[in-house]
Amino acid sequence: MIISVASGKGGTGKTTVAVSLALSIENSQIIDCDVEEPNVHLFLNPEIKEKIKVKTLIPEVDKNKCNYCGYCSQICVYNALAVLKFNSTGDVLLFPHLCHGCGGCILLCPERAMNQGYREIGEITIGYKENVEFVEGKLNISEVLAPKVIEKAKSFIKPDKIAIIDAPPGTTCPTVSAIKGSNFCLLVTEPTPFGLHDLELAYEVTKALKVPSGVVINKSEDDKIIEDFCKKNNLPILMKIPFKREIAELYSKGVPLIVAMPKYKEKFQKLITLIKDFKK
Amino acid sequence: MKQILVISGKGGTGKTFFTGCLAVSLPNKVIVDCDVDAANLHLILHPKIEQSSEFIGGKIAFIDEEKCTTCGACKEVCQFSAITEDFQIDEFSCEGCTICSYVCPTSAVIIKDRISGSYFISNTDYGRMVHAKLGIAQENSGKLVTKLREIAKEIAEMNGADFIIIDGPPGVGCPVMASMTGVDLALAITEPTVSGFHDLKRVIELVKHFKVEIKIIINKYDLNIEMSKKIAKDLEKLDIEIIGMIPFSEEILASVKAGVPFLKFSKSKLSKDIEKLIHKILDSL
Repeated sequence: MIISVASGKGGTGKTTVAVSLALSIENSQIIDCDVEEPNVHLFLNPEIKEKIKVKTLIPEVDKNKCNYCGYCSQICVYNALAVLKFNSTGDVLLFPHLCHGCGGCILLCPERAMNQGYREIGEITIGYKENVEFVEGKLNISEVLAPKVIEKAKSFIKPDKIAIIDAPPGTTCPTVSAIKGSNFCLLVTEPTPFGLHDLELAYEVTKALKVPSGVVINKSEDDKIIEDFCKKNNLPILMKIPFKREIAELYSKGVPLIVAMPKYKEKFQKLITLIKDFKK
Repeated sequence: MKQILVISGKGGTGKTFFTGCLAVSLPNKVIVDCDVDAANLHLILHPKIEQSSEFIGGKIAFIDEEKCTTCGACKEVCQFSAITEDFQIDEFSCEGCTICSYVCPTSAVIIKDRISGSYFISNTDYGRMVHAKLGIAQENSGKLVTKLREIAKEIAEMNGADFIIIDGPPGVGCPVMASMTGVDLALAITEPTVSGFHDLKRVIELVKHFKVEIKIIINKYDLNIEMSKKIAKDLEKLDIEIIGMIPFSEEILASVKAGVPFLKFSKSKLSKDIEKLIHKILDSL
């Protein structure tokens, strides 16, 4: 079973929920898909076993074959290639950060002068903390192809485990890549207009992806605005975590909620049961 | 004209709250919300939309069922696994590279513009605002950010504005980079948490890459004084200035809940301190 934890807005408590959930159940995997700013390791402190590079396809020009016709540059919708032609010679310039790795130039070059090359854009880290398997995707600084790193991280999901995906904030391609294919999505929110607004967006993403979802209210106080929204959309509220300075302080030190406050273990176990029931 | 970007790395550290303060306090400016994924600034500045335009983020493929012979040529070349078992385009996976249209022997692939969202030019009580709403599960937020900044610059030049204030997205990915190019100052709002500091360090690396000046504000600094001290010590080594510290405040939370910029919401000592901090930032430019 794959459960993703998402929110729209950043800082609502996705990582808090994802880590505590993974630690409360047997046989879990936690997949940190917030590849721009992965934080799970700060709370889990896993023992690292393996690191794997994430690479993307790029073209490599064979100067012996290229006649600088410029076709590759014409067909590249990402403007990642520029071809300069002088009398009998020329140059092909690749802007690697613009290249999406579609492979079109390699496939369609009339002279077959483009070869497959690879460029590193990120890294997968695999480790363990007690019974929890840890998988983290991390995008290199100044790189943009977050979905590629997310998909690579998700390729380590094992079907016999309960995989918890910590998704990135937002509603666009990286978030979609993270949530896609989940059996359930937990939407973590807070009772503020920002939290509500971004919950609405995140809920739309789960609907578009046809992933069933439920809500966790973090920093819970007067939750009326969130409760009204959930009621209107028939969206279950599965858990509440109160607004307490003590919880914020624990978070600041990197202590997982269920480690510092073991009474939460039962609540997270109940959350898993609710999700399983909901699925049925 | 100076461009000030508010960023953080980690979400929820107080970017929009602080951008709201800048919007109230700074004279003669244009305000831009570049967090196009999950824009929030409009929830405290309440813009009145004057002009709305469609944003075309790129291309998307369609397969004409009548012409398609299900030969699979498109599927074979698609690097994004965007063609489903029954030869439909999975719009969440299609990156609009158009290569399928070149290899289809029966010209069954049609390439269309992808309308990814809308962008707006608006008026607020605090000046002109440029903002956007990206469609659900769309891509190319970097391109949309660039568009918003171009419009803001045009308006600023036309009106002789002194500042462009930019509310940035979280993370370090493409919309953040698009928000950052060519700004005069990046103000990074962090919090004294292990994750806040971890994410700030990634932002600092990115800022270095773009050769942009950065100054730091520690928000909720008293949540973990030890961590605030550690951040201060590490930043000193990197020769990066902490220009201000803001305490954990229920009053700030109340202003967000009320949907009012903090400097309008409160005239408390904290409010005056934040105004002083903004003057200090301006003096440093």
